[in-house]
Amino acid sequence: MLIDRIKLFESGFQAIKENIEKLLQQSDAKAVLLVDRDGNLITNAGETEKIDLESFATLAAADFAATSQLAELIGEQQFLTLYHQGERDHLYFQALARNIIIAVIFDQRTTLGLVRVRVKHAAQTLSKILEDIFGGQEQLAPEEEARIEDISKDIEDELDRLFG
Amino acid sequence: MALINYATREINFKIVYYGPGLGGKTTNLRWIYGELDQNTKGKMITLATEMDRTLFFDFLPVDLGRVRGFQTRLRLYTVPGQVFYNATRRIILRGADGLIFVADSQRERREDNLDSLRNLKDNLATFDLRLPDVPYVMQYNKRDLPNLMTVAEMDELLNPNRVPYFESVATQGIGIFETLKEIAKTVIRKF
Repeated sequence: MLIDRIKLFESGFQAIKENIEKLLQQSDAKAVLLVDRDGNLITNAGETEKIDLESFATLAAADFAATSQLAELIGEQQFLTLYHQGERDHLYFQALARNIIIAVIFDQRTTLGLVRVRVKHAAQTLSKILEDIFGGQEQLAPEEEARIEDISKDIEDELDRLFG
Repeated sequence: MALINYATREINFKIVYYGPGLGGKTTNLRWIYGELDQNTKGKMITLATEMDRTLFFDFLPVDLGRVRGFQTRLRLYTVPGQVFYNATRRIILRGADGLIFVADSQRERREDNLDSLRNLKDNLATFDLRLPDVPYVMQYNKRDLPNLMTVAEMDELLNPNRVPYFESVATQGIGIFETLKEIAKTVIRKF
């Protein structure tokens, strides 16, 4: 809960973004998304204009959560990958470190085999980056921290304006 | 859990509606969805059975706009209330920043409310959390129906921590936004 809030900073985010772009190119996928297990979208690359990203991230996280429960029922801790085959477009999910999931949307331009290999490779790099980020190695500048702590009052005003 | 992305200037909070089956959790979300502007709300997702009972969850993103340069968003979820869906309830509960417990005020639902509250405590315990540690508010719903418990009775029964409570009629929108505003503020103050 609140004690565990996730903070993403510029440098860590850029490292993630670069690796997601690289995976997109190397796998010939349509799109690659990074979401957390709570359904927050972290970043995306590729053809995502026609996708409701908020819904996608929520449902991808839910899909992973549901199958994790299935995994437990058969004595596995979790399934590390999921694959959904459509008529034209397909989905491939891979669990990364720190409760992050990589989601790849692909079509006939590539193959499941290539996507699988490229994702596996990218997952190692991304997991390392995520461990660094969430291992708390990066600190926020004090003025930025103060700015965030101070934001609560403004959000409350916004809530009053919206909800009356 | 709250996500703060300094690179994209985004803050997300997760708020979960909990409570017994047929208590009005989904109705809360539907009312909010119906009232908010297109600019403020995202798509509402409902994973329900053919009988319109929540199977997995309902989800509604609410955009509060840019606050000090940060795009701020509430992500609202309901859990399935039916007793046998506990695995999915626990999944949705995970990572919640705040909770709204929607209790059914009808006298005959007394035990169902108690069971659901007990179930909430049990599920929180699996995350090493206790209810008093979590920001939450109570909503006493269906105040328009006959054979109601009094508010004092409900508070005595369900609210030992004396958190804020709201009387509501979710089908008419009464008390809906008041409840949401209170939990959102409680979460943000602890932020």
